[in-house]
Amino acid sequence: MKSAERPLSPHLQIYRWQLTSVMSILHRASGVGLGAGGVLLVWWLVAAASGPEAYSAVQSFLGSWLGVALLLGWTAALFYHLCNGIRHLVWDTGHALDLGSTYTGGWIVVGATAILTAVAWAAGISHWVG
Amino acid sequence: MRSPLGRARGLGSAKEGVDHWLLQRVTAVALVPLSLWFVIALIELVGADFDAMQDWVGRPLPAILLVLLLIATFYHAALGLQVVIEDYVHGELARVGLVILTRLACAGLAVAGIVAVLTLALGAAD
Repeated sequence: MKSAERPLSPHLQIYRWQLTSVMSILHRASGVGLGAGGVLLVWWLVAAASGPEAYSAVQSFLGSWLGVALLLGWTAALFYHLCNGIRHLVWDTGHALDLGSTYTGGWIVVGATAILTAVAWAAGISHWVG
Repeated sequence: MRSPLGRARGLGSAKEGVDHWLLQRVTAVALVPLSLWFVIALIELVGADFDAMQDWVGRPLPAILLVLLLIATFYHAALGLQVVIEDYVHGELARVGLVILTRLACAGLAVAGIVAVLTLALGAAD
């Protein structure tokens, strides 16, 4: 059976984005990003186990502008995936599945991600300076 | 593992989905405290030199939690990446091949991380 050549849904050129769908795709994207962060974590641990020279090479990379950008992205992705993951676990219990609750929970996750990321970096920077 | 209803009916797409679904959530629940602990530990390690890092991993609690973090992280990652691959890669050979590669990579990374933690914790590194 041949289907008619109609645009597939969602038709992205005229699609009206909404919080819920954007957060859904961001959950996936942050999960894949955290997988890459896991490679960084293992590199850091293996370097430390290899001795001071290898460890200081990783530390100087993490201190470069690219390293700091990756760490900032990792922190934000981790807190987002963590908070939104808890939202998913609540849904798994059958709660908060109505439209209003998905938006309320969504905004709570967005706010919590921003606050936790800011607090973690403020703490890290004050630790660095002090 | 399957639900009683699923077993009674004997139907389902692949007859093994419950395991994947459940382990994704078990590792997720484990990762909530583990990842929060890890971020706090990293903040305290900001600017730490090699000796401070080695001392930190050398203590029992950080070593144990790091090993648990590595197991939960890469198990959770393997399950999650499998779903992403199955959704977006449509050729059967490419799909199965990528899932296998992902699993091998996750297992390899977990083992590498655990061996590194044990090396540091048992004091074998200089």
